[in-house]
Amino acid sequence: MAAITGSLQVRMPRPRRIYVVGVLLLCWVLLFLVFRGIHTLELGGQETTPLHRWLTDIRDQTGPDRNAFFTAIRVVIDELVTLLQALISQPSFGRPVPALGWLGVVALASYVAWAFGTWRVALLTAAGLVFVGLQGLWQESMDTLALTLAAVGLALLVAIPVGIWAGLSDRVYRVVSLVLDLMQAMPTFVYLAPLTLVFAIGPAAATIATLIYAAPPAVRLTAHAIRSVSPASVEAARSLGSTGAQTLTKVLLPMSRSTVVVGVNQTIMAALSMVTIAALIDAPGLGKTVLKALQTLDVGVAFNAGLAIVVLAIVLDRATTAAGARVPRPASTRRKVFLGIGGLVVLVAIWYSRTYLWAAEFPTSGELGSRIAVAADSTSTWFLERFGSFTYGVRDGVTNGVLNPVESLLTGSPWWLVFAVVVTFAWLVGGLRGAIPAAVCLGLLVGTGVWQDAMVTLASTLLATTVVVAVGILLGVWMGRSRKVDSWLRPALDAGQTMPAFVYLVPFLALFGTSRFTAIAAAVVFAVPVTSKIVADGIRAVPAATVEAATSAGSSAWQVVTKVQLPVARRAITLAANQGLIYVLSMVVVGGLVGAGALGYDVSAGFSQSELYGKGLAAGLAIVLLGVLLDRITQAAARRTAAGPAESRGDKKKWLRS
Amino acid sequence: MVAKLRAAGLFTVLTLAVAGCGGAKIEDPGAAAPAGKDCGTVNLAVSPWVGYEANAAVFAYVAEKDLGCKVVKKDLKEEIAWQGFATGEIDAVLENWGHEDLKKKYITDQKVAVEAGPTGNTGIIGWYLPPWLAAEKPELKNWKNLNRYAATFKTSESGGKGQLLDGDPSFVTNDEALVKNLKLDFKVVYAGSETALIQAFRQAEKQKKPLIGYFYEPQWLFNELKLVKVDLPPYTAGCDATPAKVACDYPDYKLDKIVSKKFADAGSPAYNLVKAFTWTNDDQNQVAKYIAEDKLTADAAAKKWVDANRPKVDAWLGK
Repeated sequence: MAAITGSLQVRMPRPRRIYVVGVLLLCWVLLFLVFRGIHTLELGGQETTPLHRWLTDIRDQTGPDRNAFFTAIRVVIDELVTLLQALISQPSFGRPVPALGWLGVVALASYVAWAFGTWRVALLTAAGLVFVGLQGLWQESMDTLALTLAAVGLALLVAIPVGIWAGLSDRVYRVVSLVLDLMQAMPTFVYLAPLTLVFAIGPAAATIATLIYAAPPAVRLTAHAIRSVSPASVEAARSLGSTGAQTLTKVLLPMSRSTVVVGVNQTIMAALSMVTIAALIDAPGLGKTVLKALQTLDVGVAFNAGLAIVVLAIVLDRATTAAGARVPRPASTRRKVFLGIGGLVVLVAIWYSRTYLWAAEFPTSGELGSRIAVAADSTSTWFLERFGSFTYGVRDGVTNGVLNPVESLLTGSPWWLVFAVVVTFAWLVGGLRGAIPAAVCLGLLVGTGVWQDAMVTLASTLLATTVVVAVGILLGVWMGRSRKVDSWLRPALDAGQTMPAFVYLVPFLALFGTSRFTAIAAAVVFAVPVTSKIVADGIRAVPAATVEAATSAGSSAWQVVTKVQLPVARRAITLAANQGLIYVLSMVVVGGLVGAGALGYDVSAGFSQSELYGKGLAAGLAIVLLGVLLDRITQAAARRTAAGPAESRGDKKKWLRS
Repeated sequence: MVAKLRAAGLFTVLTLAVAGCGGAKIEDPGAAAPAGKDCGTVNLAVSPWVGYEANAAVFAYVAEKDLGCKVVKKDLKEEIAWQGFATGEIDAVLENWGHEDLKKKYITDQKVAVEAGPTGNTGIIGWYLPPWLAAEKPELKNWKNLNRYAATFKTSESGGKGQLLDGDPSFVTNDEALVKNLKLDFKVVYAGSETALIQAFRQAEKQKKPLIGYFYEPQWLFNELKLVKVDLPPYTAGCDATPAKVACDYPDYKLDKIVSKKFADAGSPAYNLVKAFTWTNDDQNQVAKYIAEDKLTADAAAKKWVDANRPKVDAWLGK
């Protein structure tokens, strides 16, 4: 007894809060039993609210009368994409082949990677591109590359200036952050159809859809980079008489260069992950191959195309990372000579690719591609036969044991009860800074008219996020403690992030059937990589001296992890959980395609049925609101608990959303 | 490292030089367009299911080879394809399933599109069972017996009732109303995509699991899996007039073609081909099979069918 009171006295504040939260939950369950089934704001699949119909009307009234402004934008973007396609992917300028054949593209890309990066990256670039060609997907890959380059180029034209502005002004920064949240959390399905209304069917709409999704990381990272330049340097420049413009170009920009490049890199990754979705409005390239294969449930072919996307992503990622890490300095004479020779080789390669057929069209029968397809197919079949019977049991166990109780608590309680409980909870863990945004978000959620669907989605999201955080911490700690594990796991994590979810939907459907669980599994695959990467970074940032001190004091490995590394990396872990959550939410719509229903289904129904357009839009908003709600509560909670010093490394990752 | 690089560079140049000597040169295509009446460009919407792709493949093949048209295929969902009529980016939709709402909006109200006659295909929508289940429990083919077996169709998603699996949100469906009005102890669960629906039927057949779900014909899956249709109360004209009160089977859909008004008025040979294009469900399934199962490209699949069915094609062309 004495021991218990003793420990209570020592750690007074925290157990008390947990105790209060427990009481809150208990009250909720009791009230749920009393009021169950009333005021649940249920809305049937085909039913709409006045708000939904009003949104649909607005869409109908915008109609096809486009104004000159949008037409001008469309024409310019269409021309740009067509030009890039003419250069590398489509027959052009009256010739049966693109202006640059495969040999020219490989030579040029490797040369650029070498000139701005390292020779290793140049080698990787060449190998990656040749591999994609051997897969029999050269033209599709180049179409994808052309669209990605156009979208990224245009994104940067806007993102970098806006990022700089947001870096220099606090007010702009606050407004911009809000807009970026909306751009990233809003499901792409929601704006895909309206975009074709405004920008017509064609490359322009696809490019703009990609751009909207891909620009935010570049803005965030640029702003962050400008903000992190030490005030001392700026002061020094000012006192030496620099004007504002000079300070910007001579001090701020050069000093933030490497972070800006990370932003560019993340923008490229985000653009590539849009490839499959943009194919729904006729974006050219690999996305089409994936979608076509999906119509006939051809896992192998879809995997082959998905792999090409992953390879492109890895090449672009490593090349931009190397370019960012490179210290800019004048080249030595010897390097200049080599760059000159290399340039000549590139010119020769380009000349060949314009003259001879073998250098223009990739000489392949797609043998490797079909072998990969067959291998992927038989692996997935083997796996399904091995584990197929067992997985349904897991699904039913988790669904009946955890998901259904949580879901019925959320959907069966009156909306005002959920409202009161969540706001109280937010206030307990985050104070007023948690409670006020929670109340606003929940109020707006009620307004969207899809409250009940939002609660179903919330239940799945909470479960998925819990799993993501658990697995992410496990993998992250393992990676953070061992370089070797890290280098083995990282390519797999990269693949998890860039392999289009559409590719593994079919095997997952076979494993778990059409169910909410399938959607949760897909979300976990997508969200675990980013979570474990951030945790690993945080663990690695724990000062070596601290770990050594603990080890020499006789702590076991387990003790070092739980008593030293995890507590010190707490901020990184909070951030990892937060990012995991946002990644899970961005998979809600994909979940709707495999039987998760709720908001994901509403959004895709809005995309394909004209009378449900407004409801789809409202469901999209509801997903954003859920994201903001959970984000603000966790942030407020983290702010309260985080007493330790900020770590710049973990902190930086906050901006790396993609 | 420097030496290595130099060697590599030299090696590349040498390889290129040697390999280049024997290569075939790229030739300018010159004037390769077939002679005849100028056909121009046809912008063809291609919706995401294989049956439609089969229609589009054969139409495009004939239009290009026999009429010398340029066919631009655009992969789009139906709703967006119809938007294209208004803006001039789509000339033809080759397989339309009902969609009275879209017809009203674009044909009657906006007057930007016109009907171009049936494709000859009959679309059948309904509730289907995997073959093993229909063989084992033939009584399930009558909707009246469904309630007795509701418990066997229970899943983790159906909340204690039997599960009726529906598909993609773009599918025409009255299933929620049907379940309610026929007083069935079932819950409609949305798979959310055609892919998920097909996979569910495949699994159900392979693992002998009970399943009942929405499906339609013509569909390439029937080449592989002969799903069995459940008889709902028969369709009579007007029984589906009020969506909330529907208690009868789906009507047979006469699939048809829609073209933009501009395209129809221009009266190019391609428009005449769109109008004349008709074939049967078997024809379509055949081409869909070439694409979906034999993995031919759309063009190769079309060629194979056209070569075997020249008389039909000639009839379309008025030969």
